[in-house]
Parts: sequence; structure tokens; C-alpha cells
Amino acid sequence: MNRGRASRRLPVTLSFIFGLMLTIMPLPEAVAAFRPDWLAMLVIFWALQLPRTWSVGSAWVVGIVLDVSQGTLLGQHALALTCIAYITVRFHLQMRVFPVPQLTASIFPLLAIYQFLLFWINGVAGIDSLSVAYWGPVVSGTLMWPALMVFLSGMRYRTRSG
Amino acid sequence: MVASRDSSSNPGRIPALGLRLLGLIFISILLMYFDNRDNHLDTVRKSIGAAVYPLRVIVDAPVRLWRWVGDATRSHNDLELQLARLNAERLLTNARLQKFNALEAENARLRALLDARAQVRDKTRVAEIMSVDANPYNHSLVINVGTLDGVFDGQALVAVDGVVGQVIEAGLMTSQAMLISDTDHALPVEVNRNGLRTIVVGSGKIDQLELPFVVNNADIRVGDLLVTSGLGGAFPAGYPVAIVDSITRIPQEPYADVTAVPSASLGQVREVMLIFSAPAPESGAAGNE
Repeated sequence: MNRGRASRRLPVTLSFIFGLMLTIMPLPEAVAAFRPDWLAMLVIFWALQLPRTWSVGSAWVVGIVLDVSQGTLLGQHALALTCIAYITVRFHLQMRVFPVPQLTASIFPLLAIYQFLLFWINGVAGIDSLSVAYWGPVVSGTLMWPALMVFLSGMRYRTRSG
Repeated sequence: MVASRDSSSNPGRIPALGLRLLGLIFISILLMYFDNRDNHLDTVRKSIGAAVYPLRVIVDAPVRLWRWVGDATRSHNDLELQLARLNAERLLTNARLQKFNALEAENARLRALLDARAQVRDKTRVAEIMSVDANPYNHSLVINVGTLDGVFDGQALVAVDGVVGQVIEAGLMTSQAMLISDTDHALPVEVNRNGLRTIVVGSGKIDQLELPFVVNNADIRVGDLLVTSGLGGAFPAGYPVAIVDSITRIPQEPYADVTAVPSASLGQVREVMLIFSAPAPESGAAGNE
């Protein structure tokens, strides 16, 4: 049982580490504003798939690590990720049966909420930033969602059967 | 966490989900409050930051490898050309340095005559910029040295051709620095030609800086070099910052609309120098905010 749980957690943890690497990877100036929120998308994906193991608590931990690596306010990304993880887990039964286009469409508001929370916290803390920086990731994240889902579902299927 | 089997055939409510959410939101808000107020959480940040370090190294590795491959496979011809260029450059700088030594001695003498504090040469240390993106909301970069190498918060970062920025978060082995082009960054400067003091503020664009507090009738011209004035306490005096590239004087407004181009190519620097000023940095006199 213990071994089974550990082996189930490993791919997810690896995916988060990989997501963090994508998040801190340098991008050309032109596309940097459109870097998808990989970690937010991963949190949504795993909260949909395994809501009992990966919900608000792990989202919070991921957020804290993200805060430290990006040098933002400690707790900013943690709070935003926790909130979208909650919403996802709350509606995971409905969302799971959505066909891919509909699911993709419902990712958009989730990512928008995530960015809005970050924007809001920045505003309250008095950190000014360009507003366009908040919209790029929402759009690119939604567009990248089907690809991410296909990739991760495949990986998950293979680890389970293997 | 409840260790029940995870399957879609056994749906149901996740226990205490809302409660956990509220608890975590509360903790987050507390954390943010204390983090924003004062730096009580520095140790927490540093310890988690040390865990992120290997990731930064891994992300940086491909770029480093690519550069290494490029260096290793460069042709003999190229290397010879580069060697010749560097030698010529060295000759030129050496010649200039001779004059500089004489000037420095003269400067020290004159300062002694004036009873002014002698300007000592700043100690420096070279740091490499890691190919790692940091905060998306501001202009920042990650360098490969940290508190173990003596880096401190607020330390000035200078490239070969001008000021780059300052350290905002000195980690254990890597540190984050803010570029002068960040909108949150302000830097006290003076016009090299006549000593007119003003403040350079980042514009949010990597190749542009703003001078919002230059009065309409101030003696400033396009092409003027701006150097650090050393007034903020964070930056030592006399390092080039930017060159004025446009001045728009609007008669109704109190201040002219002045922009400048940073001397250092902020988007392309690979190596920077950290400056350890001779006097200890005054606390609370950082150049930003």
C-alpha cells in the first residue's frame, strides 16, 4: 500500500518539478509575456484526476516553492493556487465528464481567476506591474491545455499499467 | 490527508475541503502580511531557496553546455582573430590605465588639499548571470553567487559599460537582482557634464529609462552622460548609467519629458561585477522604493 502510494506520487511530483523548470526557463523577450502558468495547469490537472491525494494542501506547497523561486511575496502564488485547486476539486465530478473542448473552455476562467488573484495581491501590496503581463499566460495556458492533457493522460495511463 | 482509494466509481465529498482552504488562505495572508511588512521571513525564504538551487542549476545547464560547445568547437581562425582583437584592446586599455593611475594620484592629492574624503577603489567580484527567469512582473535576473560569497541585499551590480542593477534578495548560493529598467527602481544620478543631480527611474522597457524630475529649464542635452551620484548610498559614485536620448519640453508642465538609454545592454549582459564599497552600506538607504 505504502509502495503503491509512493509510486503514484512520484510521477506527479516529477511533473511539478518539470513544470517549475519550465516556469524558470528563460524565454525570448517577445514570447516571455505569453509563458503559460505551467504549475497552475498542473495543479488543475492533478486535482481533476486525483482529487483525494492532490488538492489544496499540495497546491499550497507548490505555490510556496514558486513564490520563493520567483521572489514574489511569500504566499502570493500559494494563495492563488490553493483557490483554483479548491474550485477544481469542488467541481471535479462535473469537469471530468466534459469533452475536451468544453474542459478547455472551463480552464480559461480558472486561469483568469488565478491571474486575477495575483494581480489583486500585487495591487494591495502596492507592487505595480504591466497589466498585459497578466493576460498573456491565461490565453496561452488555455491554448496549451489540450496538449498538456493528452501528454499527461498518456503518461498516467502508462505508469498505471506498467 | 485521507488515504482512501482514489477511483471515480467511489465519488463523494472530499472531507473538510472548505476548512482546509480557509486555513491555508489564512496562513497565506499572514505570510504575505509579514513578508511585506518586514523581512522576518528571510530565513524561511533562504532555506526554501536553497532547495530551488539545484533546479536553477539544471535549467541553466543546457544554455551553459551550449555555450561550452560553442567555445570548444570554435575554429582556430576565429580564435586567432579574437586573440588579436583582445590583444589590441588590452594595449589600448593599458595605455589608458597608465594615464588613469596618474590621474588617480592627482585626484587623491587634490582631494587631500580640499580635505575631502579620499575616494578609494571599490572592491569587486565577478558574477555570472544564470539563464533563469525570475519574477515575471518585474525586470530581474538571477546571479550565481550568494551570501556564501559575501553578497548582501542592496549591493550594486555593474557591467563593463555601465550600471546594471542591484541585489534585492541575496540567497545562499544564488541571488536575485533588480535591473535599473524595472519600474520599481530609482537611482540617483548626476549629469557628468555639469553635475546636475536628478533621479533615473525604470520605464518597464529594457532599453529605456526615464528622468521624471528634470525641470523645464534645466541644463540637460541629448547625448549627456548620466553617472551615479552616490547619494542614495547603494551605488558608489561615478559609474556610467545612461545616455540622454530625448528631451521634450512642454511649457505648461513643471517637468520636462526626458528619456535615456542605459549604457549597459541590460538584455544581453552575461557577466556582472558586484561592488563592495569601502564604507559599509548604510542601512535603509537602498536605492529602490
